[in-house]
Parts: sequence; C-alpha cells; structure tokens
Amino acid sequence: MEKFISLTDTAVPLDIENIDTDQIIPARFLKATDKEGFGENLFRDWRFNKAGNPIDEFNLNNKKYKGSILVAGNNFGCGSSREHAAWALKAYGFKVIISSYFADIFKGNSLNNGLLPLQVSPEFLKKTFTAIHKDPLAKLHIDLENQLIKITSTAESEKFEIDPYKKNCLINGFDDIDFLVSRKEAIQKFEEKTFQF
Amino acid sequence: MKKTLFDKIWDEHVVESISAGPDILYIDKHLIHEVTSPQAFNELKERGISILRPNQIVATADHNTPTENQHLPIKDLLSRNQLRQLTKNCEDNNITLYGLGHPYNGIVHVMAPELGITQPGMTIVCGDSHTSTHGAFGTIAFGIGTSQVAQVFASQCLLVDKPKKLRVNVNGKLRNGVLPKDVILYIISKLGTNSGTGYFCEYAGNVFEEMSMEGRMTVCNMSIEMGARGGLIAPDETTFDYLEGKEFAPKEEDFEMMKVYWKTLKTEEGAEFDQEYSIDASEIEPMITYGTNPGMGIKLSDSIPKSTGKSDENALEYMGFKEGESLIDKPINYIFIGSCTNSRIEDFRTVANYIKGKQKAANVNALIVPGSRQVAEQIKAEGLQLIFEEAGFSLRQPGCSACLAMNDDKIPAGEYCVSTSNRNFEGRQGQGSRTLLASPLTAAATAIAGKITNFTQNLN
Repeated sequence: MEKFISLTDTAVPLDIENIDTDQIIPARFLKATDKEGFGENLFRDWRFNKAGNPIDEFNLNNKKYKGSILVAGNNFGCGSSREHAAWALKAYGFKVIISSYFADIFKGNSLNNGLLPLQVSPEFLKKTFTAIHKDPLAKLHIDLENQLIKITSTAESEKFEIDPYKKNCLINGFDDIDFLVSRKEAIQKFEEKTFQF
Repeated sequence: MKKTLFDKIWDEHVVESISAGPDILYIDKHLIHEVTSPQAFNELKERGISILRPNQIVATADHNTPTENQHLPIKDLLSRNQLRQLTKNCEDNNITLYGLGHPYNGIVHVMAPELGITQPGMTIVCGDSHTSTHGAFGTIAFGIGTSQVAQVFASQCLLVDKPKKLRVNVNGKLRNGVLPKDVILYIISKLGTNSGTGYFCEYAGNVFEEMSMEGRMTVCNMSIEMGARGGLIAPDETTFDYLEGKEFAPKEEDFEMMKVYWKTLKTEEGAEFDQEYSIDASEIEPMITYGTNPGMGIKLSDSIPKSTGKSDENALEYMGFKEGESLIDKPINYIFIGSCTNSRIEDFRTVANYIKGKQKAANVNALIVPGSRQVAEQIKAEGLQLIFEEAGFSLRQPGCSACLAMNDDKIPAGEYCVSTSNRNFEGRQGQGSRTLLASPLTAAATAIAGKITNFTQNLN
C-alpha cells in the first residue's frame, strides 16, 4: 500500500451532507473485475448529464477548484459497502477526504487503500469551507504523524483522531493482509480450541 | 460485568486483541457474490496466498443477474464476464457456488438463512452492507469492503475495532396494517441515518419477540440505513422452529445440543449499552419515504416536514416534492416488490392476500421479484403466482433486480417507484429514478390504486 505521511494542497469543496456511495460510483459501473478505470465515473451523475456533457455547476467541473483533497459534508460515504467508491476517489486523484463524519464501512475501505478519511469537528469543517470559498487556492496542510490539520491561509488548525494501528499502517504502507497472514499460527490455535460451526 | 448478546458472540470470536488497536475477529461464515469478490481473488493471486478455509465460504450470483430468461446467456457482456469470473474463481478455489439456475440460487441474504447456513452465535461477513440481515438469528453479521474480503480469504479473520452497543426497544401493540418494514422505517426516521454509526444495534421488546423470522430479517437488514454496522435479535423458539429441518442446519441430537448453547445467547439483565432508545409500538403507522435517504420517512398520514438545510432542499427538488404537502393521491407508475429487505415468502403472501381478486391500476407497472429460487418455487406451490398474474403483476426470476438496477430492471428517469427495497438514494433504481420506500402492503395498495393511498382505512 502507498504510504501517507503528510500533504499540503488545495481542496475541492462539496458542501453536501449524506453523500452515499451510490453517488460516488453508481451501481452500473460495478461490473468490472479489476480495480482500474473507476476514476472517470466518480460522481458520474453529478458530474455529467445524460448526454455525457459536464455539468458546470458541479464543483469537480469548476475550474476554480483543484487539488488532491476533497472536503465534504457530514456523513460521507454512507450506504453500500462497495470499495469501488474508495478506488474511484483514489483513481481520480484524491488522497484525503475531509468530513465531520464518515460511514463505518467507507472509512475502513479508504484506510485499506491509503486514502485518508480525516474527521474534523463540524466547526472546523465550516471554517474549512469558508476558507476555500473565500480563496479557492487556500491550502490545507495535513500532518499525519502529529495528527494535525491546518488551513494555511488563516492559520486555523485542529488535532484529529485516528486509530493508532491504522496510522502506523498508513505511515509505513502496511496493510491488514500482511499482518493477518503473519498471525496464522495463532489463528490455527484458535480454531483448534474453539467450537467450529 | 454483565454481558450483552453482542459481547457474548464477539468475545467468543476474538483470536487476539492488539494493544491500543483492533481485535483479530474469527469469521465463521463468509458469503460472497459476483460484484465485490473478483478483485479480492485477484489480490490473493497476485500475492501468491491461497484461501485458508474454502469450506467456510458460500457463493451466489445475485446483484448482476437478469430476472428473465435466466437459462439463456446473459446479454450484457460485462455482467456475463463477471459471472463467468465468479464461477472460475469458485472452481479454482473449491468454493461452493449456487450460481444462476442452481435450485439454491438467490439473493445472498435470502439464500443463506433459508438454507440454514446462518445460525445463532456465528460471525458472518459478506461484501455487501445488508449482511446485517443475518443478525435476525442472533449472529454478528456485517458488510465488508473488498480488501476485507481478501483478508478473510487469506486468514478467515478480520482486524476490527469492537463497535459500541446500542439497543432499540419497541414495546406495545402494533396497529393494523403496520409491518416490520414500517417498524424499521419508523426507527430510522426517528433516529436519523447516522445515529447508528460506530454501533451494533440490538432490537429488543415484545414487538420483535412476536415477529416472524422473515420480519426480523427485514428489520435487521436496514440497520445499516441508520449507519449501524449490524443489528441483532436474541434467538428464541421462533428462531429454532425456523431453523429445524433446514438443509444445512444441525440435525437431531446435534440440533438439540446446539439449542442448549443458542438459548444462552441473550443479553443479561443489567448489562449496559452505550446508547438506548425506547419506542411505543402504537406510535408506528405505515411509513413511506419522501427524500433521498432512508431517514427521510413519514407516516402515510403525515405531510412532508419543513426542510432544515440545503441537503433537504436538494432532496425535495430531486424528488419533485414540496415541504408541507401530503403524499396521498400522488400518481405512481412503478411498483417494485423484492430485494433482500422484502422478498421472502411472507412478503408475497401479504401482497397476494391484499390483491386477491383485484386488478392493478392501468398506469402501473408492478414488478415482483422473489429473493431466491426456493421462494419462487414456494410462490408457485402456494398458488400465489396465479393471484399475481390475474392482478396484472409481472412475476420475475430471483435476484437483486431493481433495488440497485445493475441489470435491465430499471425505473425510467423522473418516474416514481414505490419500492420495498432499502435505499432511496438518487438514481439508485436507474438514472434519474425517484424511489419511495415502503412496506409490501403499501406497495401492493399503491399498485391497485395507481396512486399512494391510505389503505389502512379499508383494512378489516
């Protein structure tokens, strides 16, 4: 897995609550058997009209905004467990998603793909949106080691929480499969001493 | 410390706890389907890791399958390829597959319980968020992403933080015409779509105790729609009666022995929950959603509440509704009765009972999709097929169908569909489609009237 240590970049704001994984990647694009190509269909029905032309008002199409950070409203990633949502965001070029709340499965899927779901307070989320609306080129600085996010233009910052195990995985590029396979002996011992269905 | 039902099952399955980190949780059963498994098989192949316990995995084809002419090759090449890949992966790895055409084929969350694969006290995972359904049997069952599918393939375990505990109590007497679907839609509308995030939810109270297994599955199925990773209900005589004699359930003495253990699976008096809610059953009426998330639900008799922000306004604009208006008498052209939420035999009996001797309205396309081949056979055996045909409903072959519209069963843009499925997200049933979630009874009544109707007035 790709390592994540720190990042300073501009962000794309998406001030919408409860963005579900059906919007991130609609079900009709889930027919692939590999992980490639999902980026072009990210937010497909919000980005393009039925004729396939870009919808200008949507912020991913707005030339004002760019960068590898997506700032989204509360409860991002709810709904379906499709990991294709995390793959699509990653393939499009996002490295960090900032929201005041993430749905459980999406959060896990992102972390398993080196995409950082960064949960901030509702107040800090508001400040972030304000800063970007004021200056679309406002930069955000994310320091995973110190669990700190900073809006560089206003110098406002906030500490964020992350599971210490997952933080270590991101910083070192480790993933869960390697770890679980390394615990095979313990797993087999558990199977021997426990009732098996 | 007193233990909850959830604690008991979880603690039994912890292989190791990592200090200041997650638990290594052992998984008893791993269910897979064609959409979220291919990349996991590839992952293992690339790393040269073999599947640790293929005999604890069961596969089905459901998300991407057509509901007509299942005996013919699938027209959509991408879908056909995905199913072919599943068959090959299962063959290469000695995994049991109930593919298209197999008598046990069906939606993963309908097939596993009806075959007795799902049993109390188990941990069950599947690359599908509605895996919470299996909690109806007193199991810890939850949806996972594809990376986690690969992890379970490789180790029969997952690294997971123990969730917090939530209990929702519903006590009292349900009103006439109120189905399990209404109970869960009411709970979600009261608590909100992210009220359960970070929690596992136990449903308790006489309403759930008196519910059939089919009803309990409907309730647990939608736990994820309030954000909860899973929901569960303590197993009891209803559970044991349902399981006895099922294909893969333990038999005779083994069954009796398991029953002794299963009976211990309940929350101890005085055990603590991180969050608890109590609801009076008599408050609940038939429900319907008006927005673009499952929490945006109202009683059929209520009107759409005032918007509290831009997200609400966007949802109403998408749906073409206004705050303050009632949904009664809204013309509806599409009805979908199916999905892992409501496609079991009890659902179709309810529908058949209501529409018997009636005709669907001329404007309505009414689609009935059984959850499995076994349910489809039972529909025929009980003579329900004839009732559906006479009423003008279209009875299809099993699968996920119009719940997520990966196959040809799509609702056209701009059209409303009263659907017994679980999600009313924008475009969920086809680009531009507008979904109103409701119970099978509400859907049936809508089909007959051709518009949303407060059918409870006509019930005896």
